[in-house]
Amino acid sequence: MSAPSFDVAIVGGGLVGASLAFGLRSIGAKLLVLDDGGTASPSRANFGLVWVQGKGERFAPYAHWTVESARAWPKLADELRRETGIDAALVQNGGVHACLSSLELDARARYFDRLFGQPGAARYEVALLDRDALSHRLPGLGAEVAGGSFCPLDGHCNPLRLLRGLHAAMAKAGVVHRQGDRVIAVEPLATRFRIVTASGSIDAERVVLAAGLGNARLARGIGVEVPVRPNKGQVLVLERVQPLLPLALDTIRQTDEGTILVGDSQEERGDDATSLPVLGAMARRAIATFPALARLNVLRGWAALRVMTPDGAPIYHASDAHPGAFVVNAHSGVTLAAAHAYRLAPAIAEGTLPGPLAPYRATRFDDVRAVA
Amino acid sequence: MFVRLPDAAGDRVRIRLDGVEVEARAGDSVAAALLAAGRMSCRTTPVTGAARGPYCMMGICFECLVTIDGVPNQQACLTPVAPDMQIVTQRGARRP
Repeated sequence: MSAPSFDVAIVGGGLVGASLAFGLRSIGAKLLVLDDGGTASPSRANFGLVWVQGKGERFAPYAHWTVESARAWPKLADELRRETGIDAALVQNGGVHACLSSLELDARARYFDRLFGQPGAARYEVALLDRDALSHRLPGLGAEVAGGSFCPLDGHCNPLRLLRGLHAAMAKAGVVHRQGDRVIAVEPLATRFRIVTASGSIDAERVVLAAGLGNARLARGIGVEVPVRPNKGQVLVLERVQPLLPLALDTIRQTDEGTILVGDSQEERGDDATSLPVLGAMARRAIATFPALARLNVLRGWAALRVMTPDGAPIYHASDAHPGAFVVNAHSGVTLAAAHAYRLAPAIAEGTLPGPLAPYRATRFDDVRAVA
Repeated sequence: MFVRLPDAAGDRVRIRLDGVEVEARAGDSVAAALLAAGRMSCRTTPVTGAARGPYCMMGICFECLVTIDGVPNQQACLTPVAPDMQIVTQRGARRP
């Protein structure tokens, strides 16, 4: 019996894979999304920011790409709502990074000078606000807050509803979603690819690896080295309260349902256990930023692993040796959902990644590895 | 409607529920005391305003949130009653 056959197979049904499937749903191709059914993925544990400020510091093109995605996000949210009735709860009324001392505020200013000083870095709007100006936008700041940076493009969403909406739209468009079937290997054949899973084999004309950290292993099958590593982030969930935060911060946000989330820790670790010292440090900083938070109950915390590249920017790679095979890695699956759906997916449908995506090739790290 | 078992033990404890004196038994959780007092609902939800009451009785569903002695969103099923405890039912999201 021959293996079932698809035009495009996407390995990974998280935010990256689902955004690509969403973008490809209307091209008339037979589409398959495979995922191992793991629920502890960053697609389910992320903080839910649609975030521009700060992006591109070590990789200039990433700034423009992120801005583009943030601008296309309202269209994505509208389409999801129209097609599935699921509201991703997008709010894009600007976002804040708070600085807890004048030192931090100075460092923030230098950070943006460095970022925008890079050749080819898109200059997006960021305002450095002193304490008074920031208090205007965010009442209730703690005494230590010296100011912060404000970017009007920033916002947040409900990332679980985003994921559910993408999957609902995929299902409606006839995309086949195989869940709980772990992909063991991807093998290039003469004119197509064979995907070997725990339950059998599937053939596809094109294959897109969107398996997060799993890409490191799977991409070797198509001759691509993908240097992704886990970067642990922890999130603290406080109880639901009446509206308190009119804007999202990169470390604190209030969801559309009133829950306060505290997050954005970064640890170079590969385990996904929460730890009290880190959660405690996050809580202390959150309380220093908004003293009112000290009165709120903590409901739970969780940890998950970002999919981090050496320069923090995504990998978009079309295999030279095996045309039709693509590798996609990004740790900002929420922010970049719109760019992945509306820019990257059509390029994959065309079969080649155009010029603006050329800097994101996985081979950019070859020199780094040679030196290391 | 919940009724105490005829052989229920425990000393009588006076608590106040929304300002009204209610009798509970030592060893009751606040949730059990609410149910025994005929209160099926103890709050309305922050999102839709729907009524909620004690459900799992073991600390996982977070449906039985009440204000206890001035502290909002306490889990009634995990808090034992104490003499003169002030229980206040909640409407919508608490104040920050």
